[in-house]
Amino acid sequence: MKKSIFSLLAVLISLLAFSISMPPDLSEGQKSELKTSPQDSSNEAFDKMMQVLMHQRCVNCHPAGDVPIKGEDSHVTRSLGISGGEKGHGLKSINCQTCHTDENNDFSGVPGAPHWALAPKSMAWEGKTRVEIATQMMDPKLNGGRSAKEIMEHLTEHELVLWAWDPGVDAEGTPRETPPVSKDEYIAAVKEWINKGAIIPNK
Amino acid sequence: MKISFIINGKNETLEVDGNTPLLWAIRDVLDLKGTKFGCGKAACGACTIHVDGQQVRSCSYPVKYAEGKKITTIEGLSNGSELHAVQQAWEEFVVPQCGYCQPGFIMSTAALLKQIPNPTDEDIDNAIINVCRCGTYYRMRKAIHRAAEIQAEFISSSSVNADK
Repeated sequence: MKKSIFSLLAVLISLLAFSISMPPDLSEGQKSELKTSPQDSSNEAFDKMMQVLMHQRCVNCHPAGDVPIKGEDSHVTRSLGISGGEKGHGLKSINCQTCHTDENNDFSGVPGAPHWALAPKSMAWEGKTRVEIATQMMDPKLNGGRSAKEIMEHLTEHELVLWAWDPGVDAEGTPRETPPVSKDEYIAAVKEWINKGAIIPNK
Repeated sequence: MKISFIINGKNETLEVDGNTPLLWAIRDVLDLKGTKFGCGKAACGACTIHVDGQQVRSCSYPVKYAEGKKITTIEGLSNGSELHAVQQAWEEFVVPQCGYCQPGFIMSTAALLKQIPNPTDEDIDNAIINVCRCGTYYRMRKAIHRAAEIQAEFISSSSVNADK
């Protein structure tokens, strides 16, 4: 008798567990909404955006010090001895435009784009996590007083940022690596993330 | 394409590919050989010239960017009758060894003194980042300080004469 009661209880518990684990009966539309809830799609957009922002094409212009870093390995060319100075634009007599123009130079392999300069020190990204970078990027105290809309414009329209997809060739004629996400996908991701409130995930 | 500019006070118009490095135009078309080709990637400074008063590495500067601008090379640095303060100091301290990189150093130093008339050693370290294989840096440092003195003396005597 005891054995049959235990068996019945076990069956009931299994049924209850099964019913809990089953999703509710949803329409196709509801199911798709569940898969990409606003939070999910915001996180997805964040992931895509950060794959670009953490790529060396971006980080190399946001170094931890005031010395430019270069290449796919973000190295410092010590023999150049160049400094970004206080504002990242170089020094009085020797500045970024001593070597860089508004466009890539295929003869010398020197990259170029309008407004070629390092980001100010308050916007250093090198060595930071993606959450730290995003937090800093959206903080007006650290981002040059920019609003979310202005950050969106900087990330999606600024010629120096978009240069990442047209980085030219190095001195040996080897094309520089571009970010792992296409420009159009990246721009769409930035806009989606910011338009959905620029929610920064925990990690 | 046609490119016109003023170089060392002289109007020039060249018919060249706009992407040609300015260095090549200066040396090969205008036959001004004082500016040197060093690394070819804007790293050593041997090709330094002034464009509208700013120093640029001419090996990495497309000639089309020079349209309508004023260019000064080592040949045009002096005023014609008297050497530039930097050239005088260079001579005084016998700075060059092989000499190949020196026009670039002299042009960089002239640009530095225009912005910082009395540079400290730190200013020199930060701003004069050209490369010299002979290692004449020690003599250059002394010459840069001396050039600053010569320049200051010249400015002071010019202002005295102007007051007379």
